[in-house]
Amino acid sequence: MIPAPTRRSIIKTGMLFACCGMMHSSFARAQSSLTVTEIASGVHAFRGVPALMLAANEGKICNLGFIVGNESVAVIDSGGSTAEGRELVAAIRAVTDKPIRYLINTHMHPDHIFGNAAFAETGATIVGHHNLPRALAARGEFYLQSYRDAMGAALMADVRIMPPTQLVTDVVEIDLGGRKLTLKAWKPAHTDNDLTVFDQQTATFFTGDLCFLGHLPTMDGSLRGWMAQLGALASIEAQRAVPGHGDVPVNWPQALDAERRYFDVLAADIRKSIADGVPMAKAVTSAARSERDNWHLFDDYNERNATAAFAELEWE
Amino acid sequence: MTFNFTDRRSRFAIVLSLAFLGGLAPNAMAQSASGPEPTTWNSLKGDVFGAKPIEPADGIISIEAPKRAEDAAIVPVDLRFKTDAASGRLKAVTLIVDENPSPVAAVFQFGKDAGVTHLATRLRVNAYSYIRAIAETEDGKLHMTETFVKASGGCSAPAMKNQDEALASLGQMKLKVFPSTAAGTEPMTRATEMQLMIRHPNNSGLQMDQVTRYYIPPHFIDGLTITQGDRLIMSMVGGISISEDPNFRFDFNAKPDEDIKVDAADTKGKKFQNEWPIQSSTL
Repeated sequence: MIPAPTRRSIIKTGMLFACCGMMHSSFARAQSSLTVTEIASGVHAFRGVPALMLAANEGKICNLGFIVGNESVAVIDSGGSTAEGRELVAAIRAVTDKPIRYLINTHMHPDHIFGNAAFAETGATIVGHHNLPRALAARGEFYLQSYRDAMGAALMADVRIMPPTQLVTDVVEIDLGGRKLTLKAWKPAHTDNDLTVFDQQTATFFTGDLCFLGHLPTMDGSLRGWMAQLGALASIEAQRAVPGHGDVPVNWPQALDAERRYFDVLAADIRKSIADGVPMAKAVTSAARSERDNWHLFDDYNERNATAAFAELEWE
Repeated sequence: MTFNFTDRRSRFAIVLSLAFLGGLAPNAMAQSASGPEPTTWNSLKGDVFGAKPIEPADGIISIEAPKRAEDAAIVPVDLRFKTDAASGRLKAVTLIVDENPSPVAAVFQFGKDAGVTHLATRLRVNAYSYIRAIAETEDGKLHMTETFVKASGGCSAPAMKNQDEALASLGQMKLKVFPSTAAGTEPMTRATEMQLMIRHPNNSGLQMDQVTRYYIPPHFIDGLTITQGDRLIMSMVGGISISEDPNFRFDFNAKPDEDIKVDAADTKGKKFQNEWPIQSSTL
């Protein structure tokens, strides 16, 4: 059987050319790259599509970014496939030749971390929330398996689960050379391993999935924890923000309004069902239905959110 | 009695350890997209029930679950039992998720006069899978019903959401009594609905730590007994397919003014115990 040409084989061919004397940078530009926008001086962002991760979109559903300092580059999330991660590397190389020192993972979800392997050869240190290695240990194999169905074996073949080696327990600063980023590890909210990135120079705030716009927020941590930390999120004095999903950039803290409203409705509906003795299976079919027209992917995620919320809130 | 608690437990243990040893991931997960041909069950049923014939449920037991597992870690499952004179009492119910690494989710046994007619719990569902319930009637016959559940989409995984919280409040219990809607009936002639909740991570132990390459040790509730006074309502031998914070909503024939007592144990040998007074006014 003759294998069809894959992205990988095309890249290997590219590498051959590179060895034969092509400039490194011209190789990088030959690789297709993500369309990124410079939203502030030295701050670049890619906007994902509001969709499920599929072979057709190569998992490019969440927002990504990178920040260029005097000496080095920090990347915020790697995308939903190694293919996307490589395109991100190409987009960075189109802007700067400075070394990529940090790959920051904002949390455990595949759309944000499946591109990590593309950074293996850049020498970047992967940085994450102190709970991220544990979360990936519990889910990594499952993610690899379940996304083989959704994205196809070809795209998944070179995806690796690569946990962070530099962990953030509270707040740390990293320095890109004359440019400091503040990394903050949050208490359980969207997940139990949410990390945000704040660029001090331009006051640009990368929220990871603590902020959703357009794409319905998904519950994989603690609804109560998320709601309780909205105030602290809103108090961050940012000129602009890059949410995990939705427009890039957005005004801060107004960008939190939509998800706050959804959480309020969801929690109120679920609490009422619990108080009325409505069983979970029934309660989740009606909760937060009034929010349906406000979001993409509502039918894909709302019942799941309601299920998680019910299991959490019935302990109140 | 032909079938006691110890038998069940050892049978359960065999199936569980088979799953642990037997290359669980490739076998259990590879056929996730194969649809409703119950090939896994056909190869599994001998391990669980031997050569014993299994009849269709024919109304003796029915099962309800969502068509799609919205949250892979928390899939609500409803079981209803017919316990009239013709069908006889249900002695035990085995709950199985075919495609999970450890398919036998739980074996429930019911007290002689418990009168349990409804039991709802929550399961982890790893892949497209049948969820099946096999009831054993007093005559020793087996009756099976099943439903097919599609795996969840998106990034939903059958894993704990808030692990620190789960461990911090380990063993906490909550019992809710739902007021009877049928007024004017006497206790012992009507069912009382209750919900038992236990804080426990119910960890699978099948996950590899990506850094150390060691498997995370399993930690789950493996035994549970619910009694009222000195009479057994229900006992369970459980596995890792029961969701974190195990949750059981059931109705039974309650006696007024006798305490409900719960004894649970987990795989690390920890015991959890609690008691709640039941006033006749709440029944």
